[in-house]
Amino acid sequence: MAFGPFLLLALMEGLVTSAVLALAAAGLSLVFGVMRVVNVAHGAFFMLGAVLAWAVATFVPGPPAVAFIAALAIAPLAVAALAAAADGLILKRLDYDPEATIVATIGLLYMIEQAALSLYGPNANPVQAPFEWRIQLPWFGYSGYKLFVVLAAALVLLALWAFMTRTKAGLIMRATQVDRTTARAFGINVDRVYMGTFALGAGLAALAGVLIVPISQAHYLMGGDPLLLSFIVVIIGGLGSLRGTLIAALVIGLSDGVISMFFTPTLAKILATLLVAMVLVFRPQGLFGAKA
Amino acid sequence: MKVWLLHLVLIAALFAAQFLLSPYHATNLARIMVLAVFAMGYNLAFGYTGLLSLGHALLFAAGMYAAGLSAQILGLTAGPALILGILGGGLLAAAVGLLALRTAGVSFMIVTLMFAQAGYLTILYFGATTGGDEGFTLPAASRSIAGFDLSTDTPRFLAALALFGAGLLASLAIVRSPFGRTMVAIRENEERSRMLGYNPFAIKLAALVISGLYVGAAGAAYALLFGYAGASFATIQYSILPMLYVLLGGAGTTLGPFLGAALMFALIEAASGLTSAYLFFVGAALVALVLFAPKGILGTIRERWVKWLP
Repeated sequence: MAFGPFLLLALMEGLVTSAVLALAAAGLSLVFGVMRVVNVAHGAFFMLGAVLAWAVATFVPGPPAVAFIAALAIAPLAVAALAAAADGLILKRLDYDPEATIVATIGLLYMIEQAALSLYGPNANPVQAPFEWRIQLPWFGYSGYKLFVVLAAALVLLALWAFMTRTKAGLIMRATQVDRTTARAFGINVDRVYMGTFALGAGLAALAGVLIVPISQAHYLMGGDPLLLSFIVVIIGGLGSLRGTLIAALVIGLSDGVISMFFTPTLAKILATLLVAMVLVFRPQGLFGAKA
Repeated sequence: MKVWLLHLVLIAALFAAQFLLSPYHATNLARIMVLAVFAMGYNLAFGYTGLLSLGHALLFAAGMYAAGLSAQILGLTAGPALILGILGGGLLAAAVGLLALRTAGVSFMIVTLMFAQAGYLTILYFGATTGGDEGFTLPAASRSIAGFDLSTDTPRFLAALALFGAGLLASLAIVRSPFGRTMVAIRENEERSRMLGYNPFAIKLAALVISGLYVGAAGAAYALLFGYAGASFATIQYSILPMLYVLLGGAGTTLGPFLGAALMFALIEAASGLTSAYLFFVGAALVALVLFAPKGILGTIRERWVKWLP
C-alpha cells in the first residue's frame, strides 16, 4: 500500500478511537465539571459496559442486531444504576471531598475489576457486530460498523450538548457546576443532581464500552487504557469543558492512530503521559480551556 | 521519653519474634518490615506533609532498579547497591517534586500518577535491559553484605529489621524535630505558614525527597533481600498499597505504617486462603477506611485515648 492510503487508514482508525474516547471522556469531564470528583473507576464502568454487552448478547436469542440493540439499551442503564448506588452509598457520605473520593473510587475500581474477573473470567470474548457490511475503497475494504460507531458517538455527543444547553435539567446541572451553594439556595436538590450526573457519566462510559466491544473483545482489564486516555483528553481539553474535551479527543485519537501505526505504541504512550503531566504543571487550565 | 521507649520496645519485640516464628512466617515478617519502610516514606509525604501522591511506585521502582541493575551489570554487592537505591529514590523524588509541587491537590495526584505511569512504560520500553514484565533475578553473589548471605533466613531477617529500625527511629526524630513541625504546619494551613515566613515549596520538596530516600531504600532492600526485580513493582498498584497501609494504620502516626502493612498483609494472606479474589478485599478496605475510619487505627486511638502517641 502506498503512503497516502496508509495514512488514510491510520486516520480512519484514529477517528474510531477518537469517537469512543470522546464518549468516555465526556462522561469523565461531566463528572469532574459538575461534581469536582475525579472518578478513577471510570475505566471500570467502561469495562462493565463491554462485559454486560457480551452477557446480554449471549443470553438474548435472535439475530445479532437484536441482541446488540438490547445490549445498547440495557448495559448503560445497568451501569448507570450501579453508579447511582455508589454515589448514594459512598461518595455522598464523603461529602465529595476531592481526595477522599479518589481513594474511594480506587477502591471501587478494584472491587469492580475483581468482580468481573470472578464472575466473567480472565478470557477475552467477542460480540458479533450488528451488521456485516464492508465499504470497498479503491485501496482497501473498511468495516462499515466502525463508521457506524463514529456516527453513533457523534449523535450521542450532539444529544448530550443539546441536553446540557437546551433543557431545564441541563440548566440545573450547569447551575450546580457554577455554584453549588447558590443552587441549593434556589431550591435545587443538589444531591439528586450529583447522583444523576454520576450515573450519566458512568452511562456514557458504558455506552462507549458497548460500542467498542464488536471491534475489540470484552476483557476484565480493558478499562485501563481508556481511563488513562480519558484523563489525558480531559486534562488537555481543560477540566470540565465539554467542547475542549471533544477537540482533545479528536487530537489524541487521531495522533494515537497515526503514531501507533508508524512508531511503537509504548513510546507513544510514554510521550503522551509526560505531555499531560507537563500540561498540568505549566498550563493547569488545559490547552483549550479558557478559564482556570 | 516513653515515646522513644515504645518504639525501642517494638524493635526489640520484632527482634525476639524471629526466634518464635517459623521460617515461613519470619520471611513474611521481613517482607512486612520492608513494606513498612515503603509506607513510612509515604507517610512522611502524605501523613505529615499532606502530599497525596499516587506515584510512589515510581520511587520504589527507582530504588529497586538502581540496586538491581547495579548488582546485575556492575556486580556490586548489597551495601553499595542499597546506597545507590536510596540515592535513586531521593534523586527521582527531587526531579518529580520540582515539577509536580507546582501543582496541588487533585492536580498533584494526577501529575504524580502520570509520572509513575511514564516510569512504568519506560521500564517496559527498555525491556532488553530491565526484563520488562518478566523482570530478572539478582545474581546470588550480589546478595551479601559484610560476608553475610542475604538469601538465607537469619541475615535476611536481621537486615530487614536493621533497615526498619533505623527508618522508624529516623522518622520519629524527623517528626519531632522543628522541621517535622513545619511539615505538619504546611499540611494544616499552607497559607498561614507562608505568612509566618516559611517557604512551603522548599519544605514540601524536602519532605518529598526524604520520602523518596525511604521509598528508594525499601525498593532496593526488596530487590536485594528477596532477589527479584520486575516491572510489576512500578504499576499503579504499588502506589496504592503504601497509601492503603498508611490509611489503615493511621496517617500521621509513626507506628501506623508498620501496623497497616502488617494487618493488610495478614488480611490478604487470610483472604487468599479462602478465595483468589483478594483484590476485592483491598478495594473494600479502601472504601471502608475512607468512609468509617479516615484517621486509621492509631489515628483514632490517639484522638480518643492516647494523646501522647507521636
